[in-house]
Amino acid sequence: MNCRGARNMLVMVALLVALWQGLYLWFGDVALASPVATLRYTVKLIGSESFAGHVLDTLRAFGIAFAVSVVMGLLIGFWLGFDRLSGDALEPMVVAVYAIPKLTLYPILLLAFGLGLAAKVAFGVIHGVIPIILFTLAAVRNTKPILIKTGRVMKLSRLQMVRWILFPAAIPEIFTGLRVGFALTLIGSLLAEMFASQRGLGFLLMNGIGLHNVEQIMAVTLIIVVFAGVVSWILLYVDHRLHRRA
Amino acid sequence: MRKVVVYRVVVVAGIVAVLEVLCLTGVIDKITMQAPHLIVRDLWRMLASGRMNAAIAKTLNNTLAALLLALGVGIVAGALIHRFRGLRDTLDPLFATYYAVPVFAFYPFFIVVFGLGDTPQILIGFMLGVVAVIVNTLNGLDRVPPVLLKTARIMRLSPTDAALRVTLPAAAPHIVTGVKLAVAYAFIGVIGSEFILSRGGIGYEISFAYTNFENATMYPLILLILIASIAINALLSRWEARLLARRGLR
Repeated sequence: MNCRGARNMLVMVALLVALWQGLYLWFGDVALASPVATLRYTVKLIGSESFAGHVLDTLRAFGIAFAVSVVMGLLIGFWLGFDRLSGDALEPMVVAVYAIPKLTLYPILLLAFGLGLAAKVAFGVIHGVIPIILFTLAAVRNTKPILIKTGRVMKLSRLQMVRWILFPAAIPEIFTGLRVGFALTLIGSLLAEMFASQRGLGFLLMNGIGLHNVEQIMAVTLIIVVFAGVVSWILLYVDHRLHRRA
Repeated sequence: MRKVVVYRVVVVAGIVAVLEVLCLTGVIDKITMQAPHLIVRDLWRMLASGRMNAAIAKTLNNTLAALLLALGVGIVAGALIHRFRGLRDTLDPLFATYYAVPVFAFYPFFIVVFGLGDTPQILIGFMLGVVAVIVNTLNGLDRVPPVLLKTARIMRLSPTDAALRVTLPAAAPHIVTGVKLAVAYAFIGVIGSEFILSRGGIGYEISFAYTNFENATMYPLILLILIASIAINALLSRWEARLLARRGLR
């Protein structure tokens, strides 16, 4: 992420804003808010009293969901990576779950966990855990054989093997999994709020449709996109550095 | 290989059996979930009665529209972006962060712009799928052997001819990966947006059944979607593996 990377990034952002302004001029006030108006509304929205509550709600659901995803994903990933048979049998099934329209599973979660934080968290987890499992599994399997042999020569126990050899060797790949898992968990939590919730950023989006408040919709969309974009950009940067070092 | 298949069957059968027992013994109450054999029975009746045919047709049509749009735009855009180095450098950060941004967040905005018809759903399916197609097309084009490109040049093919007759077919296995992802994303996009807010389609029927506590409709529909998406994904994966194997890539 050198100087050129930063320049490309700026050019791209400028292009997107220009596209947005163009669409605004094309469609007009009824359908779209201009970039300037959206920015003004965003500032007003962030300053408003109830906004912090909504953000905290989303962040809480997202934070718990991501923590659960990481722990579950690493455990299952290491298990499937170690156990060849289980890995071969279950990996395609995990991949297949990824391709399912998971929103349709949300009613089941709502019935099982009730309307509230738990269902949101569960929905975030089923999105986020999959990439973490898949990347961890691949990382464990692709550990250089010489490292494992060295560990065996040193008579490391299984736990020591994970702690001192497999985990450090797999960190770059696992981090990629965490990065993708982060994004998907966020998407999951927001989607859960969009469908059935009275609080959170996802709710604010759907609320904007009900009120036909275009500025609110665009401001919340902008906040979500900027947050997701900036965080994933930072994670991508760390990711590249880890991979280069490895 | 056999062992793996047996393992898989045992896992699935085990999950179904556990659910069946939990439902029959009343640990999971009827309001939460029906026993699996009832779900299968209801699904059969529903399909036989044909009352969901309109919803299924609507969802399939919109998914197909989103898919075709994503493939058409994605492959052409991929081929163009591949030709222009500067354009590619500029768009790279967009591709790298694209799937971190919740595309569904744009859905309310599309509804405001296009109304509550089919367009917003198709657009969401398209937006989810198109970048996967572009990225995989680029990836495939990067791996076309230089000798093929030289051959095309020696034969003085025009850029369009070279793309249609040489480079795109050579990149086909990777493009198929993009197609596979686009199919999954088109499904996710269309059904997901129907589910959030719409006036028809399978996703809508599921959310409608949920709000009315009609488990006898909701669970069979969810099962239908699970079966359909897993079957399609398995078929495409097999096709992809065969194409890759034929080129000696795997």
